[in-house]
Amino acid sequence: MSYRFKTDLRWSDVTPRADFLNRRQIIAGAAALGLAGPAAAKLSYVPSAYSTDEAPNTLEEITQYNNFYEFGTAKEDPARSAHLLTTDPWAVRVEGLVDKPGTYDLADLTAGMTLEERIYRFRCVEAWSMVVPWIGFQLSDLLNKVGVQPGAKFVAFETLVRPEEMPGQNYGLIPWPYREGLRIDEAMHPLTIIATGLYGEELPKQNGAPLRLVVPWKYGFKSIKSIVRIALVEEMPPTSWNMIAAREYGFYSNVNPEVDHPRWSQATERRIGAGIFAGRIDTLMMNGYADEVAGLYAGQDLSKDY
Amino acid sequence: MPFADLINTNLRRVPCRAVYIVCAIPALLLFFGLLTGGLGVDPIRRLELELGEWALRLVIAGLCITPLRRWGGINALGFRRAIGVMAFVYVLLHLMVWLVLDMGLRGDQIWKDILKRRYITIGMVGFLMLLPLAVTSNDISLRRLGSAAWQRLHRLVYPAALAGGLHFVLIVKGWPVEPMVYMAIILSLLAMRAVPRQATGRRASVAR
Repeated sequence: MSYRFKTDLRWSDVTPRADFLNRRQIIAGAAALGLAGPAAAKLSYVPSAYSTDEAPNTLEEITQYNNFYEFGTAKEDPARSAHLLTTDPWAVRVEGLVDKPGTYDLADLTAGMTLEERIYRFRCVEAWSMVVPWIGFQLSDLLNKVGVQPGAKFVAFETLVRPEEMPGQNYGLIPWPYREGLRIDEAMHPLTIIATGLYGEELPKQNGAPLRLVVPWKYGFKSIKSIVRIALVEEMPPTSWNMIAAREYGFYSNVNPEVDHPRWSQATERRIGAGIFAGRIDTLMMNGYADEVAGLYAGQDLSKDY
Repeated sequence: MPFADLINTNLRRVPCRAVYIVCAIPALLLFFGLLTGGLGVDPIRRLELELGEWALRLVIAGLCITPLRRWGGINALGFRRAIGVMAFVYVLLHLMVWLVLDMGLRGDQIWKDILKRRYITIGMVGFLMLLPLAVTSNDISLRRLGSAAWQRLHRLVYPAALAGGLHFVLIVKGWPVEPMVYMAIILSLLAMRAVPRQATGRRASVAR
């Protein structure tokens, strides 16, 4: 009897049914708007003229269907194992041809940045697409903060390597770390952002928390996740998929319906969540951002610089 | 070989219909999943991939029958037709999902893809090779063609299996394990066919 559970709560302590139902309604309502998550904090941000008016995919679609090979090659793997990743504390090494190199704490690096909502089309090289309401700031703001030196022609990025928290890194499919890069004019373009949020909340881990690149006119794999190194360099940096198969994945990897992947067509895409009989939609030049970015490639043969 | 005898005795009790029913279960589950939203965020891709993988698994199961008898003394010959027919059904469903749901019946792109994309060309060739096998998987055809000609025709399953394995290896990004495993199994099963008859125990004793 001595182990018997006793409570000092009384019936008067029980939340009245009307109250907890009301509470549930608020939670359910917030969840329906995609605003609630148990651990995520609400971000404050401003809208952007660069957003598309297309309807965004649901939070479920965006967070349950990811290519993030650090957590496995299946689309469901990141949602399953990304919780293992520690994103706080987070340090980013900024180096190379910059005025203020160093290892920055995430909060210091992103201090003073204006967060914007950028609703962008997202086109995967595998010929599927989504519309994603990112929250982030322009990469140019970050680069200006650390001071780009005149000799810098490219920006190189690297993802974290931590196999004990990223189970996919125990396999050598990609020579880790995952690497990506942009030419400096691409990096400074106002469409290029560092995303730290999604649907008004902090970025879910499977989407590349705590900070990732988003370059909407390029295939998705260019938008490197969970960044720990940003280097300003003079030479075109090696990039992961290009290292694995140079013939299939070029450094530029601009979305281009006229330049096919050697093994499949890039002329059309399947919009995730459109329904099983929706078929395909035509892929747009530069993913629909040609008016903004085509000028960056004036004089380049895009079938060679793919 | 008492163990093999035990299996054979039990196998004889299994009606062929049971094989058709068991083989249909994955397709029924997938169809159920499609209707109830149980196939995840991209149901079309999931359906396409799983139907293709089940087709490969059944082709592999069919290719196991002969080695099982030759080296294991297990006789499952009576189920080979059911397995083969069901493998074809899965290939056909996989193809239909690609044409209708994935490509949305865009004729021009479908045609271009078949001609231009190596993995699709190879997949289509594999399908075309299975077509006469499916059509002749009945007693009437067997009698009309004669046993020898029928067997020769049905050796088309070897290149068709290779085409299926290659189709999978070529579609993926990089070199993930799964397609390679299927390919390795198919290659070993085909290699077993190349082992000369004399090398097996039973025939060796006769030859001596």
